[in-house]
Amino acid sequence: MDEIKDRLLKPSKATKQDQRGRMISYLSIGLIAILVISILYFIATRGLSMFFNDGIKVSDFLFKTDWNPGKKLVGALPMIVTSFGVTLLAALIATPFAIAVALFMTEFAPKRGARFLQVVIELLVGIPSVIYGLIGLAVVVPAMRIMYGGTGFGILAGAVVLFVMVLPTITSLTVDALKAVPSHYRQASLALGATRWQTIYKVILRAATPGILTAVVFGMARAFGEALAVQMVIGNAAMLPHNLVSPSATLTSQLTMGIGNTIMGTLPNNALWSLALLLLIMALVFNILVKLIARKGRIK
Amino acid sequence: MENYIAKTNLELAIETKNLEVIYGDHQVVFDSSLEFPRHKITAIIGASGSGKSTYLRSLNRMHDKTVTVNGQIVYRGVDINQPSVNAYEVRKQIGMVFQRPNPFAKSIRNNLVFPLKENGITDKRVLDERVEESLKEAALWDEVKDDLNKSALELSGGQQQRLCIARALALRPDILLMDEPASALDPISTEKVEATMRKLRRNYTIIIVTHNMQQASRVSDFTTFFHQGRVVEFAPTQELFQTPRVKMTEDYISGNFG
Amino acid sequence: MNAKRNDHLATGIIYALVGIVVIILFGLIGYILVSGVPHLSWHFLTSPSKSFAAGGGIRDQLFNSVYLLVLTLLISFPLALGAGIYLSEYAPDNWLTSLMRTAIEVLSSLPSVVVGLFAYLVFVIQFQIGFSILAGAIALTFFNLPLLTRNIETSLSSVPNLQREAGIALGLSSWKTITGIILPAAVPGILTGVILSAGRVFGEAAALIYTAGQSAPALNYANWNIFDTNSFLNPFRPAETLAVHIWKVNAEGIVPDIDVVSNGTAAVLIIVILAFNLSARYVGNRLYRRLTSSK
Repeated sequence: MDEIKDRLLKPSKATKQDQRGRMISYLSIGLIAILVISILYFIATRGLSMFFNDGIKVSDFLFKTDWNPGKKLVGALPMIVTSFGVTLLAALIATPFAIAVALFMTEFAPKRGARFLQVVIELLVGIPSVIYGLIGLAVVVPAMRIMYGGTGFGILAGAVVLFVMVLPTITSLTVDALKAVPSHYRQASLALGATRWQTIYKVILRAATPGILTAVVFGMARAFGEALAVQMVIGNAAMLPHNLVSPSATLTSQLTMGIGNTIMGTLPNNALWSLALLLLIMALVFNILVKLIARKGRIK
Repeated sequence: MENYIAKTNLELAIETKNLEVIYGDHQVVFDSSLEFPRHKITAIIGASGSGKSTYLRSLNRMHDKTVTVNGQIVYRGVDINQPSVNAYEVRKQIGMVFQRPNPFAKSIRNNLVFPLKENGITDKRVLDERVEESLKEAALWDEVKDDLNKSALELSGGQQQRLCIARALALRPDILLMDEPASALDPISTEKVEATMRKLRRNYTIIIVTHNMQQASRVSDFTTFFHQGRVVEFAPTQELFQTPRVKMTEDYISGNFG
Repeated sequence: MNAKRNDHLATGIIYALVGIVVIILFGLIGYILVSGVPHLSWHFLTSPSKSFAAGGGIRDQLFNSVYLLVLTLLISFPLALGAGIYLSEYAPDNWLTSLMRTAIEVLSSLPSVVVGLFAYLVFVIQFQIGFSILAGAIALTFFNLPLLTRNIETSLSSVPNLQREAGIALGLSSWKTITGIILPAAVPGILTGVILSAGRVFGEAAALIYTAGQSAPALNYANWNIFDTNSFLNPFRPAETLAVHIWKVNAEGIVPDIDVVSNGTAAVLIIVILAFNLSARYVGNRLYRRLTSSK
């Protein structure tokens, strides 16, 4: 009897287990938080060093078009334009495909068709980016050459490769958005005599618009940050693109090509870190954009 | 309140004094003082939302870290509603069976063995004995003795619930709390669970929450009626159902409530 | 009637677009297999690569990829497990938790090249580890952590709350309830996630170019001393992986048989990743049935 009372009043093995367990889990999450903070800190300090130590003006970096860091020319506009070019173009091509596939999976063939396309999407996600680059190099670039002349390298080739790469991202998030539309919307519209397409176009897509927008932004974030696949087909010439099929360079391709050939602490190296910082900032911007869209969707 | 609590000569298993339970800024249980006699079945009845389940779950500290519980819960002379009291040990003494059967995704045997091993029982012979005894107590042994290694999830709902009872009994608790243990079961399974409970009364104190008044009258020795978070009446079951002292109780058990 | 015609038209367009997507996928995989598999041979898989001459193999790259994958999972899985347990079981509903969630979201949205450059900056340069498997594994851990953490969190959260209550009510500690009851029940989902993330790690190149490096020095597979420079187990040696090899061969354009090497390597890479994907699909279900019955 008293033994039980005693046990009630003393910490036991379980008490210790819980203290230890909580510590382990707090430690892990804390490490991740520290990691994220140090990524932001290190990239920011390196990326800003060009402006503080080498006296480069931010406006020169963002708006000048000549990139030759060896001669103190660090206009990153060509890379910025190209990065946005491939990203927007890729999203533009991918979105209709993504919506079509998502509609097919949710409205047309929700059972077997959806399961099959789910596998297709997962496999597309799984293919490594160098393989996309390799196929871009072997198939897309020659195709561009034949169709538009020139070398075939350039924004268009980059966008085509990226389109396939972001397609699964946009599709699966669009599927989620469509599935979130309450089924009574659908039934009400069909009951009013609307055709399936009218229902989809006027009711479902409209209700799912914030979700679809989020999907597209996520896709763009992925496209903007993709390095190797783009680098392999873009042509790697750090100048303003004349057209969609002239060689150019994205932020990521310039980074991957350059970082190994410059010496730490020199201007050419610092300039590349500034590109990296720009990439990081854009990733944050895409993140915030997603949050804003979500908030707006909720208020409505 | 004191008026409604039966003055019995029975030994007490557990009692609460002025217990209140508060979710955030929403109070669910008010000033509830009750005494539960030892080795008897006490039923807590009341409409849904009357706070009876919430009250029950505070008895073994299931609300820790989520909900505020004020007042005293006295068990073996100790107020176990103190943060310094070891809640793990409280729960070993005061077991619980839930509304929906919740066997672990393990074999039938391991459902019982896992918590036992955690309590330091490792001798295989003792474990086997305990498994057999507990399953017999829960009236499940005959149905499962040949495939103890089968997944517990393959059992029927009623069997799963009796397995959960056996799992709670395996720890040799003093008190067993049952939160509507038969509400998710078919009539035949319900009957088996009730029969099990009647048998268990000899060795355990049972407190059962139920919205089913027939069930309360069938199985319990004492009954208490909860309304809007307050104890309205406590009496021997026969008495409460036949000669309720409070008008509200009478209205509730005769079905013209509200 | 116009509405009806639009309906048919739209349906037709949707079917066509879906068809194109399916064709693209099969075209991609088909192209890699058709152009790569004929180059595969025992010799290709088991001989070292050549920097300038034709006829090089991928023995070391293949081993490096596997070794790097194992190291990455060894580092990232325990961390992701701890963080996943925190998020699904311990995290209080407050600003700190939402900050943690945001941090993980930010990490997952960072381009892998940025993550790689960070690891390069801190580990290769600052800590002077140099281009090495270890630096590569750390970079891949950063890249892998957010997705794996989220996967573990969702797998744990999808285990019904009734199971937690059952454990707690038996006087078990929350930790024991999580590790002994919730975690085993979540294993199928977690394993599927781990295998899928293994596929991603196996194919990743951008984060590795400046961490694990782009060279594959001659390895001695009989040397088990992990501190020897030529030991295959030495985590401080540079290690080019299959994915990086494909990229480098094409970027440099020095090897005369680029097509043979890069297509062959790509075929190996895609076969391994397809295997990861397909096994993730089956292992989950199998394991669940195995786990729920003892022995």
